[in-house]
Amino acid sequence: MTQAAALSAPKPAASPLRRLSTLLWRLPGLRLGLLGLPPSIWFLLFYLIPLAVLIIAAFWSVDSLTGALQPGFSLHNFKSLIETRIYHTVIFRTIGIAAAVTVFDILLAFPIAYWMGVIAGPKARAVLGVCVLIPLWSSYLARVYAWRLILSHDGILNWLMHSLGLGENAIGYSNWAMTLTFTYLWLPFMILPIATALERVPRNLLEASADLGGHGFTTLRRVVLPLAAPGMIAGSIFTFSLTLGDYVTPILVGGPSSDFIGNVIYKTVGVANDIPFAAALAVVPLVVMGLYLWATRALDKEASI
Amino acid sequence: MNQYPAVFWGRLGVIAASLVVLVFLMGPIILVMTYAFSASNVQTFPIQGWSLHWLHQALADPQVRESAGISVQVACLATLIATLLGCLAAFTIHSFNFFGKDSAVFFLTLPIALPGIITGMAMSSFFAFMGIHLSFWTLVIAHATFCTPIVYNTVVGRLARLPKSFTEASADLGADGFYTFARVTLPLVGSAITAAALLAFALSFDEVIVTTFTAGTQTTLPLWILGSIRLGQSLPEVNVVVSAVIIFTLIPVLLVQRLSGDAGRV
Repeated sequence: MTQAAALSAPKPAASPLRRLSTLLWRLPGLRLGLLGLPPSIWFLLFYLIPLAVLIIAAFWSVDSLTGALQPGFSLHNFKSLIETRIYHTVIFRTIGIAAAVTVFDILLAFPIAYWMGVIAGPKARAVLGVCVLIPLWSSYLARVYAWRLILSHDGILNWLMHSLGLGENAIGYSNWAMTLTFTYLWLPFMILPIATALERVPRNLLEASADLGGHGFTTLRRVVLPLAAPGMIAGSIFTFSLTLGDYVTPILVGGPSSDFIGNVIYKTVGVANDIPFAAALAVVPLVVMGLYLWATRALDKEASI
Repeated sequence: MNQYPAVFWGRLGVIAASLVVLVFLMGPIILVMTYAFSASNVQTFPIQGWSLHWLHQALADPQVRESAGISVQVACLATLIATLLGCLAAFTIHSFNFFGKDSAVFFLTLPIALPGIITGMAMSSFFAFMGIHLSFWTLVIAHATFCTPIVYNTVVGRLARLPKSFTEASADLGADGFYTFARVTLPLVGSAITAAALLAFALSFDEVIVTTFTAGTQTTLPLWILGSIRLGQSLPEVNVVVSAVIIFTLIPVLLVQRLSGDAGRV
């Protein structure tokens, strides 16, 4: 329809606009500049420079009396990060839970992704797609709050367990509560890429494996899992990174000693107003994520060979 | 129905497991929304009685109204800026080959791959060093920045699926660049741009982590919710507001699904 409109349109007369268009066509550099400059400037100014500032600020310090920022180069922040036990605990807790969440999400995402990508017809796939998109885009805060309600003393979980005569749930306000909530929060981010990866698998590959005598598990292990791997890697970037950078879930469902790196950063900025030390702390997830992206890239290349 | 019984039972197992996971996905959302209609002011399950009292109470609360107003304003402005920048970036990346293109794509999608705390902390330190006080506008800048990659991704995905021959045909027929853009390209990517804008709005409206670092004294709706839960204040109102936010962010997303099916392309 739109093509038809364009076809029947009258030939535009020579006008200043047309001359400008010709000029732009002749000078692709100018076109590139006009289109590309506004987003480049914005990103440079409000994202890349702030990232650089963050890294530089990690080497600054704060005057302990006046609270004023002191530019310079000091390893003091990193030194206290390395020397203080409590920060080790926080960093390992954050990375450990992020890794656990990634594994749980792969396990939970796989069946439904397999249904969406391999078994379902177009209609069922659309319905499943909406069922995954609703939690993905429902308010993040609402979903964390939902788990606070579920796991709380008077929540539905305890009610269910009482009804079954199982007593109290033991996971409220703990690391397990956080792991469960994070697993729930980021599950759609794992389902969608795995489903997309499995959709691309030619059906006859699965049949060929069965014809060649591959049992269900052999086909799964030797055919399906390698083909789903790029999806799992893509999903794991989300689950890992989103867990690493969160500080709301620990506040709402975590216990008294369940601080994440994010919580310490938040307190360091909000309470102590020590931006340099907070910046040094933020470098930790930055480095971890950098290593993770680098590792997944290498894995991805191997998987695609 | 299938010549391989093992395959049949395997698939049945997959579907059964999926149904359990679907309950896990949808259950908490349905549960939290039922709490909004609870008559009690303490959060217990099973819910003792039903009432619309808290619904009226929450909607009349001046703090809720004010923070909702700020959230809508920030989301609208951030969406506007992000849509403009994201589209420009998508058209640039799609139609040009230039030195450093790969790095440009990498940096454009970096805010999606990096934890939100880093974006928030980076901006917070940047504004502090520039001597810029946190305000409504720093909030808009931050939101526009993390919404841009979503717009870029959605629009560039659509552009990649368009055959090049359309614009070439238009040029062959004598249309200039602007005319081709307005009459050929824009109608073809229009729904993707609308979808991208709706997603950006939903993303901004609900964001907490970057917001806390860039909001200063501004209270957006998610910040009000977070604050109330932490202090344990007005929880019955929180139930209502949280349910309203779920619906308010879902409407644009379901529209997107209708428009183009682009919502899954995170």
